[in-house]
Amino acid sequence: MTAPQHRNTFFDRVVAATPGGELLSRCLQCGSCGGSCPSGADMDHTPRALFAMISAGLEDEVLSSNTPWYCVSCYACTTRCPQNIPITDIMYTLKEMAIRAGRYDHPHAAKFSETFIGFVEQRGRSFEAGLATRYHLFHHPQQVIKLGIMGVGMLRRNRLPLRPKSIRQIDQLQAILAEAKALAAKEVEA
Amino acid sequence: MTASCYSYYPGCSLQHRSHAYQQSTEAIARSLGFELAEIDDWNCCGATEYFSVNRLPAYALVARNLALAADQGAEEIVVPCSACFLNLHKTDKNMKLYPELGSKVNKALAAGNLHYEPGTVKVRHLLEMILTDIGVDRLKDRTRRPLYGLKLAPYYGCLVARPDSVFDSTEQPTAMDKMLEALGAQVVPFSLKTFCCGGHMTQISEETALDMIHRIIKCAADSGADALVTLCPMCQLNLDVYQEAANRYFETSYQVPVLFFTQVIGVALGLSPKELGFGQEFVDARVLLDKIQDVPPPRATPARRSKQALPMPAMPE
Repeated sequence: MTAPQHRNTFFDRVVAATPGGELLSRCLQCGSCGGSCPSGADMDHTPRALFAMISAGLEDEVLSSNTPWYCVSCYACTTRCPQNIPITDIMYTLKEMAIRAGRYDHPHAAKFSETFIGFVEQRGRSFEAGLATRYHLFHHPQQVIKLGIMGVGMLRRNRLPLRPKSIRQIDQLQAILAEAKALAAKEVEA
Repeated sequence: MTASCYSYYPGCSLQHRSHAYQQSTEAIARSLGFELAEIDDWNCCGATEYFSVNRLPAYALVARNLALAADQGAEEIVVPCSACFLNLHKTDKNMKLYPELGSKVNKALAAGNLHYEPGTVKVRHLLEMILTDIGVDRLKDRTRRPLYGLKLAPYYGCLVARPDSVFDSTEQPTAMDKMLEALGAQVVPFSLKTFCCGGHMTQISEETALDMIHRIIKCAADSGADALVTLCPMCQLNLDVYQEAANRYFETSYQVPVLFFTQVIGVALGLSPKELGFGQEFVDARVLLDKIQDVPPPRATPARRSKQALPMPAMPE
């Protein structure tokens, strides 16, 4: 990464944690990102505004913004950015930083990802019946009935197997993920 | 016809909620004479969830599949799911582009006695594979039941068209359009072909998601489409399963079936609807089969311009 080592501003940390993140310094504030974003209307800040805030060092405000959590990973901003900034990946970095700092106002969005990841780490495959039940029971109990009706529809159409699948060499996968997490933790320290 | 064999990464969705995609993919493979050999012991690609909150482990998770494929002798892998395609392609690309990332991923893989040299395995989407290796002409030759009279809206969604235009335009892809036309169908002009379906947004903010789903369904219906054709399990799920919820929220009554492109190819090849997984969708797609006509509909003559209209440059035919 090209960020000077002696500085360690919020901006530098965002850049260092994102593959290709150094391009962020080239942001023109043109707003193509926000204009292309299909969920931009529901965001606290458009990506453009968020990038200005990152440059200004407004760490608390950026990490508690709902913007990264409303990103739908469609990459429309990324392909249209005239400066080729990997905007979607920067949103991912901000999610990761917000979780670590415990400074986000949208815990259920993070919990959905974490519940999904939990099944993958346990079995090596995703498990939708389990994901839907666990996530909704803990985080949206009032929606369980609505979800149940949809679940029955899925079951009737053979689209929701109730038994999870697992890979054979789950130990190998878990060893790889543990090592990756250890490396990621070292990155954060540095 | 020579049978060719491809290394195949089906992904979790095809085994669960998008079983019709799996069934129809296998059925057309048998009919068109290519084999799909599943990568042994593949794991989940992490969808958008893993990458968005756990970067390095996500790369390692995906790289395990690439390493397995390479160890099993694959030079390329075929992937039907858009999210799996993106994650596999992105991991391969970024490991090469950012050597520091690549070496960290390989350090993690070493904990499982694996190694992956970026660039070893070419990641291909099923649509691109069918269009390049089989080709529009051969699809046309093999068509037993041309889809005359069927008006289809090709919906590409995000992750095959973006972020890298691997085989088509990011803004106006036409690969599927050409394929559907070759099968005899009429492709309607559809301006939201790469607009996002919302992905996991139904679970995060349902109102945001329903708005996006509604826009796509409305655009397809306004274009006169009988059905939407997609190449992604997530898009199919959102547009099909949540269509009723979007109708309730916006007080509309759309009934637009959402098919996988493999199901459409299968119908044209003369395969049975059951074999292609028809009947698993929420908005019944079997009504489409009755709309197929025996002869091509007459070409619509362009509307005559009013004599009072301002002069306009003519469009080439």
